[in-house]
Amino acid sequence: MSKNEQHWEKTRGLLFVTLAIWFVFSIGIFLFGAEMNEVTGPFGYPLTYWFTCQGSLGLFVILIFWFANRQEKIDEEFGFSEKGER
Amino acid sequence: MIKGNFVDNLPKIYGIYTGGFIGFIILMAIGEQMGMTSKTIGICFVSFTVFIYALIGWLSRTAQASNYYVAGRQVPTVFNGMATAADWMSGASFVAMAGGIYFKGYGYMALLVGWTGGYVLVATLLAPYLRKFGCYTVPDFVGTRYGGNLARLLAVIVLTVASFTYVTAQINATGTIASVALDIPFQYAVYVGLISILLCSMLGGMRGVTWTQVAQYIVLIIAYLLPVFWISNSIGAGFFPHFMLADEVARIGELEQQYGFVKNAAADLKTVPKGLAGITKAHSAVNATPWAFISLALAMMMGTASLPHVMMRFFTTPSVKAARKSVGWSLFFIFLLYSSAPMLATLSKLALIDPNLPTGIIGKSVAEVQAIDWYQNWNQANLMFISDFNGNGTVELNEFFMAGKAVVLATPEVAGLPYVISGLVAAGGMAAAMSTADGLILAIANAISHDVYYKMIDPRAETAKRLLVARVLLVVIGFAGATIAAMEIQGILGSVIWAFDFAMSGLFFPLVLGVWWKRANRQGAIAGMALGLASSIWYLVWVRTGGSGFLGITQLTFGIFGSFVSLVSMVVVSLMTPAPNASTQKMVDDARVPAGAQVMTQK
Repeated sequence: MSKNEQHWEKTRGLLFVTLAIWFVFSIGIFLFGAEMNEVTGPFGYPLTYWFTCQGSLGLFVILIFWFANRQEKIDEEFGFSEKGER
Repeated sequence: MIKGNFVDNLPKIYGIYTGGFIGFIILMAIGEQMGMTSKTIGICFVSFTVFIYALIGWLSRTAQASNYYVAGRQVPTVFNGMATAADWMSGASFVAMAGGIYFKGYGYMALLVGWTGGYVLVATLLAPYLRKFGCYTVPDFVGTRYGGNLARLLAVIVLTVASFTYVTAQINATGTIASVALDIPFQYAVYVGLISILLCSMLGGMRGVTWTQVAQYIVLIIAYLLPVFWISNSIGAGFFPHFMLADEVARIGELEQQYGFVKNAAADLKTVPKGLAGITKAHSAVNATPWAFISLALAMMMGTASLPHVMMRFFTTPSVKAARKSVGWSLFFIFLLYSSAPMLATLSKLALIDPNLPTGIIGKSVAEVQAIDWYQNWNQANLMFISDFNGNGTVELNEFFMAGKAVVLATPEVAGLPYVISGLVAAGGMAAAMSTADGLILAIANAISHDVYYKMIDPRAETAKRLLVARVLLVVIGFAGATIAAMEIQGILGSVIWAFDFAMSGLFFPLVLGVWWKRANRQGAIAGMALGLASSIWYLVWVRTGGSGFLGITQLTFGIFGSFVSLVSMVVVSLMTPAPNASTQKMVDDARVPAGAQVMTQK
């Protein structure tokens, strides 16, 4: 397998992991919205309500930064990262 | 004071700007104490901020194509994040979103999840690859990846349909705010708004828009957060509302139980002015079916990843790496406002309906409420209304009506904040609507000037001529948008959601598969764009003219149907026709690797 193919394989792996986490917090949990809302979540808000107004949103922010860092590592590993640029 | 390179000095420049703006707010507050009228304060806020944006637009003027189309590709990640956030958060986010949550509670908050979750798709599936491609516009990517003028033209058509639907709502919003703040009739105010918008973008193109959008973000975020914190403190709900409103949320649930949601007779509702609504849904309880919630969130997420005016912001970063990080910063800056909207809705609702608070009006006598100053003001502006349906002389929950935008615009006054805050909110709403309108008009004008005029009609045109065409188009499209906005056809929020559905139907899969599926070819992309857009329009018209729809897909989520048609037709047609040639496949390979030169060379 060429270097490009290996790089792409890892990149695709990261994509699937990232999208799986994304799926859980944007779609998955809201399948059980009514049940989860009975539970008290962070800061005392009902749990589903908290996810829709803070939890999922904040998690997406962290997820994107995590993804960007992981992808940079993959690019560096194969010597594919950009040089001499900010 | 400012030495050296402009980009290196950005933190200093915007630091001074922010300080200056805060100083201006304090000056206005002092003015109010000394007897400045509320009208003067409103005029000062709107005209001062618009003047600053126009000044930035003029300072950013340029005669270079790469500056005009992609801001010279030197916008640092954090600043591009702020610009994207302003580009993204429209008049609807600023003015209408808290109102929607106020009325519809949980079911409506699917939009919060949708309008943020979409950025995960942008960061992982598209932004870094399109940045590496080196295109100037989104149709530029489609045209180069798939080849041929037809694919390019179809992408321009989808972009125009989606963005134009969106932009009329934004020009409408600038007109509404300008007409209230400057006290001029709406049909003129629309053009005042339009001229302000064009001042930012005409001379500097993307460069001008970028630096004004950063300035607009700073104004709009201060204008949104300051009242939320202030109201929370003034009604004693906690000094950091985001972490401290659990009791208030629970209290609203209690009051809902106590009052009950009484259904009004149709004849009574006829007397309520158009556009006003009462509270009919639970605030924090799950009041929508899982599919209703998820389908709306999904449509908005895929729409986010297909809207060209957002995607093109990531063409302006210095590198692929920066493009990825920049998506994270964009979402962070958006998060600051979106996580505050439900808090504002909670505070506003509690302030109005809790009889234990001095501001509460439910349970008071009708005559008493009608005598309140702010009620009279907002009633006159047709944004609030009470009527004693059951004739008992007391205001009940089902007898109080408000417009969606009143939640953001009127709550500061209801909670007894000084007028300077209302002036600030007007300036924030103006900034939000202007920045989005700028991005949209520029996206359309650039697509037509770069992709239709330069790439298809006259590939040998000189830079000066190309930029002249781009600017003329900007003005023409702006005036077309303003003319339609002046007719006031739809509400602000409805047309915004349609734009997402159109964009995802026509562009989501052609863009994503263009990067992630090498086998995708021209014929497939053409089928995907044409059938996706056509089927989404058909479905919308069908549902609007009394059709029943299927699978619970409504006129807000019809993009799910359109993008499904687009995916199926694109895959089937691609597999039935020959694979793309070796040079196209090489192009895709190059786009997948951050290192090395851009795939396309631009003049």
